[in-house]
Amino acid sequence: MSQQDLNDLRHEIRDWMDTHLTGRFEPLRFRGNAGDGDALPELRKAWEQELAHGGWTCPHWPKEHGGRGMSVPQQIVFQEEYGRAGGPGRIGHIGEGLVGPTLIAFGTEAQKQQFLSGILAGTEYWCQGYSEPGAGSDLGNIRTRATRDPGSGDWLVSGQKVWTSLAHLSDWIFVLARCEAGTVGRHGLIFLLMSLDQSGVEIQPIEQMGGGAEFNSVFFDNARAKAEHVVGEPGDGWQIAMALLGFERGISTLGQQMAFAQELEAICDIARENGMTKIPSIRQRIAVAWTGLRAMRYLALRVLGGDGSHDVQRDALGYKYHWSNWHRDLGKLAMDVLGPEAGVLDESDPRKERLQRMFLFSRADTIYGGTNEIQLNLIAEQGLKMPREPRGTKG
Amino acid sequence: MDLTLTEDQIFIRDEARRLLASKADGDALRRIVSRGDGIDPDLWATISTELGWCAMTIPEKHGGVGLGLTELVLLMEAVGERLAPVPLWSTACLGVPLLTAIGTQAAQVWLERIAVGDAAATVAIADMNSVNPFQGGGVTATRQGGGYILQGQLPLVTDAQVAGLILVPARIGQDVAVFGLEPSTGSDFRRLKTLDHTRQYCAHSLNDLSVPESTRLDRNGVNADALAEAETIANLGLAAEQAGLARGAMDLTLEYISERVQFGRTIASFQAIKHRCAALEVDLAELRALILGAAVQPDPRERMLEVAGARALASDLAFRASEEAIQLHGGVGFTTEYAPHLYFKRAQANWHLLGSPERHLDRIAAHCLPDGDAA
Repeated sequence: MSQQDLNDLRHEIRDWMDTHLTGRFEPLRFRGNAGDGDALPELRKAWEQELAHGGWTCPHWPKEHGGRGMSVPQQIVFQEEYGRAGGPGRIGHIGEGLVGPTLIAFGTEAQKQQFLSGILAGTEYWCQGYSEPGAGSDLGNIRTRATRDPGSGDWLVSGQKVWTSLAHLSDWIFVLARCEAGTVGRHGLIFLLMSLDQSGVEIQPIEQMGGGAEFNSVFFDNARAKAEHVVGEPGDGWQIAMALLGFERGISTLGQQMAFAQELEAICDIARENGMTKIPSIRQRIAVAWTGLRAMRYLALRVLGGDGSHDVQRDALGYKYHWSNWHRDLGKLAMDVLGPEAGVLDESDPRKERLQRMFLFSRADTIYGGTNEIQLNLIAEQGLKMPREPRGTKG
Repeated sequence: MDLTLTEDQIFIRDEARRLLASKADGDALRRIVSRGDGIDPDLWATISTELGWCAMTIPEKHGGVGLGLTELVLLMEAVGERLAPVPLWSTACLGVPLLTAIGTQAAQVWLERIAVGDAAATVAIADMNSVNPFQGGGVTATRQGGGYILQGQLPLVTDAQVAGLILVPARIGQDVAVFGLEPSTGSDFRRLKTLDHTRQYCAHSLNDLSVPESTRLDRNGVNADALAEAETIANLGLAAEQAGLARGAMDLTLEYISERVQFGRTIASFQAIKHRCAALEVDLAELRALILGAAVQPDPRERMLEVAGARALASDLAFRASEEAIQLHGGVGFTTEYAPHLYFKRAQANWHLLGSPERHLDRIAAHCLPDGDAA
């Protein structure tokens, strides 16, 4: 695709966002991102359907499955324009970005038939059932059990999942569970698709330090997964689970960077208004933030454009660590620029509210999706080829 | 914007690294350091005459190869990685961009000579810590008779004893003029004893130095935008060299800690050490992405800002990587037998070349906070 075609696409998306993210959807601008994920849920579900009508859900899926077959450069353009316009956090993200591609690659025909259309239409929402109280960074330590019901062939699931984003707004969950008694670690796991709308499932919100509750605990007590809702073979759950994570190439982080840029701009505006620009160290910190953001963009483009060389793979490992720590530092900078007012909650000042939310939630950025400590292990072991961490004998 | 290296660029980088791995290894470096003039003439002859590295960014019509800044930063990284004692930065990142900015016939003649390896070049900058090093600050030129009188102090000039051309930017009224001094024009640069053993530093006092008209290379002053562009390239090349320095310091540390055994295991297996190396690696990935991005950035003002950011990151990272190299080598890291001290000293010397991090960050802050200069 030529540069001209990419520019045309950019304008098409920009126009579409201008004409649709307006009217009743206007309150959604810049809402619902990480840290604010439970904001305006009904309106955001309606927005998912608005996107679907415009043909903008699942644009990277192959055409034969209802997508647009967008290339990486096209997806980058889409995410940038969506983010620039202030497009809200996507309730459909897990279905579109993770479940769909996994089913397209590993699902049965029946599974594709049943699930892809609801994701495309923006009418069925998914959440992710990986982490457990005893299985965070050490994901292999999963205890949730799946037992086969000999009569129906269905799987009966008992246990607890935790940090389940948007479970309370979702219809379905994919669950990694232990189906072979006595196994440990990555062996003996199963990947199941389960309805949340059943009696054996209980969802409890987890109140966050930022005040919202986008995460949940999900309790399973002999909840049922249908026999035909296993992805891959029983016992292959780990492989499917890791392949699913591999579909997250991080292109959506380019949209995220647009939001970061707006946060930095708001901080600069406030500094100019309240005179913080007189403080040399504040000026220097703003310049450091500007530099880190510019580097982040080039790092993302370098990683996504990936030529597959070891050089680029090594850089890719550092990307999450870089952006999450940058964002955490930006949160602190925002508060320091706001000054004493930073501690006063004021609903009539949405700009300040947004920065206060960001300050608090950015503390989660360096924990979810692989903590700083796990990221550094990965960079050291896979990137720098340093020795692996020894494994303990307990658990 | 595509930041993927082309096959040709990867070839240039790999060949440069391969050459320097054999010609600028630890033993070669120690030999040059003990000689004390900061130059390896054999290696420089190979690089400049046989391989034409100085010709990389010189246009083909002036005898160059006509490649872009990406190729230049890949070479500079390779040089930095090995601390190769050659005047490549002075020639290809100071001299060539300034001559290009001057753009006159007289300047082109020099570009042609540099392209074929006939001369190394450098720029004599009065205030090495300035982010505007080519604006002639600190040196004045006065017309007298058929020539000029130059006045100013040049306390820190890189590679002046090996350069066949020393460019001196000077103020003449409101204009920036550039004079090209050759060792035969009576310029007498004295070599300094310096902390850094891997680059040559010289000094000179221009006490009413009388130079003929023919040494003035510009015509009626050099265009300000062109000067700014040349300054950006000088800083970009230095940032790349500093990124290479960080890579080199990390690589020799990784090699050492993978062999050093304590408590029955290599010290590289301790998480406290792994995490420190990994944190440096993330910063290096960030820096290299910014350098490669700035190298293809089409907008000169954006590129200037990105390069300023790259210099701030690069000075900091090169220093941290080399101080970690000393620390993680333990006792031997403090000796002259091992290389970390050479990286450490060079990192500190680079810190103030063409602006310390604070100065570069000030430029970015002025951009982000346009009305906020009340400080």
